Amino acid sequence: MYYAKLVLRNALRHKLRTGLTMLGIFVAILAFGLLRTVVEAWFAGAENASTTRLITRNSISLVFPLPITYGERIRQVEGVTRVSHANWFGGVYVSEKNFFPQFAVDAATYLPMYPEYLIAPENMKAFLLDRKGCVVGRKLAQQYGFKVGDVVPLRGTIFPGTWDFVVRAIYDGADAKTDTSQFFFHWDYLNEILKKTVPRRANTVGVYIVGIDQSSRAAAVSAAIDLGFRNSLAETLTETEKAFQLGFVAMTEAIVVAIQVVSFLVIFIIMAVMANTMAMTARERLAEYATMKALGFGPARLVALIFGESFAIALAGAAAGIAATFPVADWFAHRLGTLFPVFGVSRHTVIMQLAAALLVGAVAALFPGLRAARLRIVDGLRNIG
Amino acid sequence: MAGTPIVEIRHLFKSYQRGGQVVPVLHDLSFDIAEGEYLALMGPSGSGKSTLLNLIAGIDKPDSGELRISGEDISRLSESGLADWRAANIGFIFQFYNLMPVLTAFENVELPLLLTGLGRRDRRERVELALEMVSLTDRSAHYPSELSGGQQQRVAIARAIITDPLLIVADEPTGDLDRVSAGDILGMLERLNRELGKTIVMVTHDQRAAERARIVKHLDKGELVDGESLLKTQ
Repeated sequence: MYYAKLVLRNALRHKLRTGLTMLGIFVAILAFGLLRTVVEAWFAGAENASTTRLITRNSISLVFPLPITYGERIRQVEGVTRVSHANWFGGVYVSEKNFFPQFAVDAATYLPMYPEYLIAPENMKAFLLDRKGCVVGRKLAQQYGFKVGDVVPLRGTIFPGTWDFVVRAIYDGADAKTDTSQFFFHWDYLNEILKKTVPRRANTVGVYIVGIDQSSRAAAVSAAIDLGFRNSLAETLTETEKAFQLGFVAMTEAIVVAIQVVSFLVIFIIMAVMANTMAMTARERLAEYATMKALGFGPARLVALIFGESFAIALAGAAAGIAATFPVADWFAHRLGTLFPVFGVSRHTVIMQLAAALLVGAVAALFPGLRAARLRIVDGLRNIG
Repeated sequence: MAGTPIVEIRHLFKSYQRGGQVVPVLHDLSFDIAEGEYLALMGPSGSGKSTLLNLIAGIDKPDSGELRISGEDISRLSESGLADWRAANIGFIFQFYNLMPVLTAFENVELPLLLTGLGRRDRRERVELALEMVSLTDRSAHYPSELSGGQQQRVAIARAIITDPLLIVADEPTGDLDRVSAGDILGMLERLNRELGKTIVMVTHDQRAAERARIVKHLDKGELVDGESLLKTQ
């Protein structure tokens, strides 16, 4: 109790200096938390991927489609339990800035493969019965005010023309990490139109989603699928859903790395600021440390006092920073719309913030602590007057 | 002289390194301080009196020689052993009081007791008694910045006696005080010696302060120059 009081009073001795240092830590921890949240949001798709779903695509590139006939052959591969397919639509809703992912899917098989998308049975039924119907995620619906029954017009870019869809269902996520910013409609409807307008593009799919019985067999099943299409006109590349998602992240790896570097630089800078504060503090208190040593306090107690003060300042600033991360991240999520499907402060981020604060506190106290421990009493006592 | 020697100094040498040169400070010093003594060390600046006090207090180590306090050769103790020894045996009074500015008078006096393992209630009782002895009970909740120089030095005295040490060392205890406050402090030290039998070693430049001690030793260039002056009879 006595030591805690001493630590606290020492920390508050220079209120302005301590206040400014805490403000710096607050900003640094907040910035660190937000940047870590952005990085996590980048990887969210991969992190939330199912281990029992594989993605089969054209081995040359995702741009090239696969024949619809592959579905039945994939279904025959040992270990495969379900197969569905989807096409990336890439339409524009009102203006280019309103980006959200749209997929033409085989409704009857696709949605059951994603149990994390929760749809009311009656709405699901309505969607299945309406060839121009669509399903939108809750986040997307909130972003643009979509309601069941609304008509959503999309201007096609990959598939030209104006496409009108009727919202038949809004899906929720099974948990906070589920992406609810997507838009699904019937692949059959897309294919029907393509048969009339661009027949050579009909009866093709962008990817197959393959359900497997055991995640441990993912590699074997993937190899078996790809082997089946070797030397065909459209060879396949099958990988886990996570690897597929990470492929997208890899395209923007430089940005992710830059954000990660900046997040750690922020911590490094505040570490230097805090170290300077603690070094100044220790320099001013040499006579006090010498007096305490003369009274019989050993180096370990002095080091503990200095570390305690440093941790107190760092953790107080960090606590405010962590607390502020949540509302600021919410505000960012709102401003970013559907750019990041999942944007929330995770427990991992909070732990990283705490660890960063402890690291800052420890590093800042290291030099002053060593100085106090090594201080000769007679030298310290000369610093008076 | 009072009873058995509490401090025994034999052939003590001490030097410092300054700018690559060895500067001798104490040269072959030998003398005793008896238990219950009140000794004033005087001498010009650089004579080695503060160095000698530091050695006796165990905050510095001699180059060679023996320095026994109550029979224990403290020059052979390790740093941590010396810290424990100081906590148990030495009470410090500094020229500039050296109180912790963030602690109240009460807390400053309590500080050395944290090393004793005493419980909170025992510590409180002792601190209250010590503050009563220096007539500062009503100022126990005040911070050093709220006290005069004389009051701060009285807090320092209370801190010095709180562990009931063998020896009290005082380095220019009146050097930063006006005449009246200095008189109070010297009177207090005198009472500690006379009434409680405390052994006191005081360094001072002030002849009036030295006259309050029982014995005065003069140092010059690291040596005792004129033996000792017995100022007061026992």
